[in-house]
Amino acid sequence: MKRLSIILLLVLSGIACAGVEYREFANPEQQEAYENLTSELRCLVCQNQTIADSNAELAADLRRQVYEMLQQGKSKQDIAQFMTDRYGDFVLYNPPFKLKTGLLWMGPVVFLLIGLIAVFLFTRRKKTATTVEISAEKQQKIRSLLEKGDQS
Amino acid sequence: MLKYILPLLLFIVLAVFLALGLNLHPNEIPSPLINKSAPAFSAPKLQAPSEKLSQTDLKGKVWLFNVWASWCASCRSEHPVLNQLAQQKAAIIVGLNYKDEPEAAKGWLEQLGNPYDVSIMDQDGRIGIDWGVYGVPETFVVDKQGVIRYKHTGPVTSEDVQQTFLPLIAKLQAEN
Repeated sequence: MKRLSIILLLVLSGIACAGVEYREFANPEQQEAYENLTSELRCLVCQNQTIADSNAELAADLRRQVYEMLQQGKSKQDIAQFMTDRYGDFVLYNPPFKLKTGLLWMGPVVFLLIGLIAVFLFTRRKKTATTVEISAEKQQKIRSLLEKGDQS
Repeated sequence: MLKYILPLLLFIVLAVFLALGLNLHPNEIPSPLINKSAPAFSAPKLQAPSEKLSQTDLKGKVWLFNVWASWCASCRSEHPVLNQLAQQKAAIIVGLNYKDEPEAAKGWLEQLGNPYDVSIMDQDGRIGIDWGVYGVPETFVVDKQGVIRYKHTGPVTSEDVQQTFLPLIAKLQAEN
């Protein structure tokens, strides 16, 4: 039974592999460029995946586009430019720093500053709260109350 | 006093951001092609594959470029709207039959009516990439100079036609 199921699984694994794309590269640098690019470009159909991860048809088309352009000897910059010309900066997982993307890049820093300022303000307020000054009149009263407590 | 105002202010800020977030459409990515020349293409016509259509054939005319496919479910809901728009003859409607089987596409047009003055075939999706197509249906409005002036992602509704497309087409028809 165990052997039978192993054979069955081995047979089925062939079907699972059938969907994998086969790409041939002239040199390791080209392959590296392909892998880098496909993992830096966003699939626009399923927006939280790169085109390397996504199974969407558009992602497959864009992978083909990247591969063909590399075969034509285009540089990584050329291909990134080709994609942003058509799909905008959104297609890049690592968008360039410019006016439009400023909030995206500076947002975390701004939030960190707000947090630091908030922490600073709260800790300072606590400190002032602990050093309460007591007037002489009040101290007198406290003393008399304490003495009364001793007597009982 | 600050003790009460501060949480209230925080709540208001949060509420405003959440309300804005509800009305955002993260699926609609602004196209960098707006106000740029329409990407060049030359593709066989769906109804007459031996003939080709290119963007230069449409120079001097206001035209809509509607990306559609017979496998696309929301194209079906958009189709009656396009049929109505076609009857008004406000502009030429060019269809881009995107990654489709020609026979299935022709069958779809026979069954549901054909709003397109002409449809061209993009079986491997290359014209789609040049136009930045990422979700079907999409509709572009191109002016007489061959410049893309507007892009609509997703199915066009009759409100969109009345409020956006017809006024824009009228404006572009008046231009030289």
